[in-house]
Amino acid sequence: MEFKDYYAALGVERSATQDEIKRAYRKLARKYHPDVSKEPNAEARFKEVAEAHEALIDPERRAAYDDVAQRKASGQPFEPPPGWDSGFEFSGRGGGAMPGGQEADFSDFFESLFGRDRGHRGGREGVRRSGGNARAEQGSDHHAKVSIELLDSYRGARRTMSLRMPVVDAQGRATLQERQLEVAIPKGVREGQHLRLAGQGATGHGGGPAGDLYLEIQFMPHPLYRLDGRDVSFELPVSPWEAALGATVTAPTPEGPVQLGVPAGSAQGRKLRLKGKGLPGTPPGDLYAVLTIAVPAAASESQTAAYQALAQAFAAYDPRASLEA
Amino acid sequence: MAELHRSPLQGIVIEDHVIFTFTALCRASGADAAQLQAMVGEGLIEPTGTAGATPNGGDDPADWQFSGDALPRARTALRLARDLELGLSGAALVMDLMAEIESLRSRLRSR
Repeated sequence: MEFKDYYAALGVERSATQDEIKRAYRKLARKYHPDVSKEPNAEARFKEVAEAHEALIDPERRAAYDDVAQRKASGQPFEPPPGWDSGFEFSGRGGGAMPGGQEADFSDFFESLFGRDRGHRGGREGVRRSGGNARAEQGSDHHAKVSIELLDSYRGARRTMSLRMPVVDAQGRATLQERQLEVAIPKGVREGQHLRLAGQGATGHGGGPAGDLYLEIQFMPHPLYRLDGRDVSFELPVSPWEAALGATVTAPTPEGPVQLGVPAGSAQGRKLRLKGKGLPGTPPGDLYAVLTIAVPAAASESQTAAYQALAQAFAAYDPRASLEA
Repeated sequence: MAELHRSPLQGIVIEDHVIFTFTALCRASGADAAQLQAMVGEGLIEPTGTAGATPNGGDDPADWQFSGDALPRARTALRLARDLELGLSGAALVMDLMAEIESLRSRLRSR
């Protein structure tokens, strides 16, 4: 099990006061909160910070952690207390699934020290120890994320994902069970939308129905295509003469290459619309090719001469005319 | 029970096809009734209509209905409120500003 340096995660000294810990947490939480942050790895970083704060802000936990850290520093191997792997959690390890934001998903290290269902975050929905007098109650809803490719939305797809979920047995004990789900990704689904899978959440109690599973759709970043709702765009480089004279060029689209007419006199940034070639739907989105003008360097005498001829032919042209006051 | 379903599970896109009642939105978001009412009060989520004719003019939360996108909004607000120790009005402000930044970013991209 990996030892976590909670002081380093918050960037504070070991001697930091509780106030300093709180201040460090608040500052880092604002910076890395996945709902506001554009930092790379914001989600992972925020989890570290939240876990470190949870461990250190409570004086009893902090003392227990300091004790373990000190023993580790003096060369003794870190050994988790017995029984550390009992209990439960909800997290989608492996597959394309990640835990939703609502559930505290702390590391094994944290849970080995402090247990699995402690902490004021209390986000571990789903498990109620119903004991003997269970009344029928619907299981709670679960949330997870699933990553798909752009083409999956164009064509529809199947995604297999594994989720680890707490399941409560008749004695009220919770155990973790891994479930494999094969999910149909509907054609035309957009970034940030949510799928509801009825009855795939936590099992019900006392004969009650199961809860639902909600999957947030995330698109894996694509090197070429950018998304804006149902519309898709990409940059299409053209040569100066193609832009000036017009041309028919081969352009990529998510569904394969097409022949695209570039009108004569096109400027940098001109958008060519391929109507209905965005994400499918009613109505479907559009696909935009955004022109960028690629200017080749003159590598031979004849190419240099060609640029010089261009300069002479356009002697009156001033690209900076708009800069003059 | 690592069962693999033979035919894939069919989900519903909630933003397009789901209407939540007040209690269903509580369940799915993890918010309690008071939090959800406060979110409506802040304009974070808006009831799109009421279920049938109501004697008290639709003021009874039990009759409220919400479009599917109320669920992610409610969950985002709860996460912000919890993790950044904000009130729901603070979370609402954050979400408004994030939406504005997002629209400015997309205008920048499309220039």
